[in-house]
Amino acid sequence: MTTEDAEDYVIDGRNLTKVYTMGDNEVRALDGVDVKIKRGELLSIMGPSGSGKSTLMAILGCLDSPTSGEYMLDGEPVHALGDNALATIRSKQLGFVFQQFNLLPRTSAMEQVSMPMIYAGVRGRKRKQRAEKMLQLVGLGERMDHTPAELSGGQQQRVAIARSLANDPAILLADEPTGALDTKTGIEIMALFKRLNREEGITVIIVTHDVEVAEQTPRVIHIRDGLIEKDVINETVVDIDPDSIPAH
Amino acid sequence: MNLIENVRVAIRALLANKLRAMLTMLGIIIGSGAVVALMSFGNGATSAITEQIEGIGSNLVTLLPGRFEGGGPDAAANADPLEYDDYVSIKENVPIAGRLAPSIENFGTVVYSNNSVNAAVIASTPEYLDIRNFEIELGRPLTASDNATGARVAVIGPDLGTELFGGLNPVGRSIKVNGVFFEVVGVTVAKGGGFGGSDDENVFIPIETGYKRLYGNSMVTNGKRTVSNVIISPLNADDVDQAMVEVERLMRRRRGLKLSDDLDFTLFSQNAFLDAFSAITATLTAFLGVIAGISLLVGGIGVMNIMLVSVTERTREIGLRKAVGAKRATILTQFLIETMMLSLVGGAIGVTFGWGVSTIVRQLDILDAQVTMGSIVLAFSVVAIIGIVFGIYPAMRASRLSPIEALRYE
Ligand SMILES: Nc1ncnc2c1ncn2[C@@H]1O[C@H](COP(=O)(O)OP(=O)(O)OP(=O)(O)O)[C@@H](O)[C@H]1O
Ligand SMILES: [Mg+2]
Repeated sequence: MTTEDAEDYVIDGRNLTKVYTMGDNEVRALDGVDVKIKRGELLSIMGPSGSGKSTLMAILGCLDSPTSGEYMLDGEPVHALGDNALATIRSKQLGFVFQQFNLLPRTSAMEQVSMPMIYAGVRGRKRKQRAEKMLQLVGLGERMDHTPAELSGGQQQRVAIARSLANDPAILLADEPTGALDTKTGIEIMALFKRLNREEGITVIIVTHDVEVAEQTPRVIHIRDGLIEKDVINETVVDIDPDSIPAH
Repeated sequence: MNLIENVRVAIRALLANKLRAMLTMLGIIIGSGAVVALMSFGNGATSAITEQIEGIGSNLVTLLPGRFEGGGPDAAANADPLEYDDYVSIKENVPIAGRLAPSIENFGTVVYSNNSVNAAVIASTPEYLDIRNFEIELGRPLTASDNATGARVAVIGPDLGTELFGGLNPVGRSIKVNGVFFEVVGVTVAKGGGFGGSDDENVFIPIETGYKRLYGNSMVTNGKRTVSNVIISPLNADDVDQAMVEVERLMRRRRGLKLSDDLDFTLFSQNAFLDAFSAITATLTAFLGVIAGISLLVGGIGVMNIMLVSVTERTREIGLRKAVGAKRATILTQFLIETMMLSLVGGAIGVTFGWGVSTIVRQLDILDAQVTMGSIVLAFSVVAIIGIVFGIYPAMRASRLSPIEALRYE
């Protein structure tokens, strides 16, 4: 890459650090990370436990502010924004998927997906239509009234993905989305992310431990001890058909 | 996000955790129910006592010989007696005194057939029964002509009637009071209770008859007829103090007291009596208030307990809500609405419950329990404050966390 046009990058983080102080101890969870991500990319972030993957994801997702460094999201500087401004950005531009799903207990899939839209001010009927559409998109058109207790792990993660898509985000951030799922279900969830990236043009960032997950994304950022170790372009993206995996 | 949406979110959150909502409300229900019920008991007891005191007669002031403040029991015996003319003079010169009656009060032996009872004999003018709020159950009251003619007629209390006559109707029968025959012409309505002796065992006779037939020279001093006391009943409660001042001034003059002399008579106001008893009922009410307060505290601790138990789940929930775009103020509003709904619904159930208990107590005739608007308002406001304080505190703390910290909370 010879010319760098900032506008090409939906995510542009420079020298990002995150320091946790616990008593006399300082943990440098991020120790000067530069990261640039183009619109529509599909990439994974890999690294050993405690290397700072979740910390990086939280900062890129505006869930937390960096201790120092600059972060331009969609060309706007966001590293110094306050609580409310960040909430608005999360609401409009970002979607999150977590390892533990983080669904509300005893609440129907329909209501889980509606929730982000309530906070974004989407009105009743439109909200319902959109939630239905998203649940159909993730293949849960038949399970809209089910509560988390009535859904399998993979289905719960699909509800969480539908929820993350509710406000039509530009970027989807997933922290070990397949970590709590078996292999086959994990591959199905990956297939869903790939489809969303391909068909909806959403930028998808997946934090993972799993080499098999990373092999499926065209770009892999490796981090270690709060630093980017390497940033690799995958020449041969592995594409696994979920149906080829036998169910157990 | 508008208010209606916020209320809907709160209702959904409550319905998603019915058990938690119920447990939280339980504390509020017990607390507000206790306040309403206990305060109604306090009111019932107060009104019962006040009623008894007022039953003695309205705005009653009693004029007695002797000085009672610190004077000891024989102060009355050493002082000059009150004269019948004192009564006449008050009646003529102190219009604000309203209705008044002189009386001779003594114990006497009352006999019918083989039955003999020691009873209070009250010789007075016909106004006496009215002033003391005695009503007639059987026969007729004493009249002015009974008094004028010195007729040997008597009105007796119902308990005395039962003791003397058993089941017989006393009216028209003859009794002997200190050896003198009297015809019973009436029986009073039972008052129950009474202070310093029963009000239902009296014998009432005309005062003229007392002087002429019963007491003779024992109620005459220096050629003047004397009385045991004079009861005074101003028409308005507001006139009581003024009437006492004027009667005191008149009596000082009549008894030749200089301004520097101590009083040798006493004006005893029923209001002073009421004040003494309202001090007792105030203590009672305060005591009940403390119990209600403890119930509220226990309820409040219950609320806090539930809130703290659910704090982990709620902190993660708040983290999630913030992650998907809820602002801090939105979160706080949501929790405020949630706790307010819990408090209001719980408070309403509690008030209904307390009101029900109070009604049962009244129906069973245990106490004339009265639920007041004030206790309902108090229960609601205290409960709302407890609910909000204990409910909003965890939400406040959680809403300040960054979403990622809240999500990670365990
Ligand atoms: N709130 C915090 N307070 C103190 N230290 C923290 C906090 N959050 C993270 N850390 C530390 O920062 C470092 C990076 O944590 P992070 O969660 O980003 O790791 P990770 O790469 O996601 O690990 P894993 O793969 O186990 O999820 C770790 O050493 C962790 O202990
Ligand atoms: Mg992690």
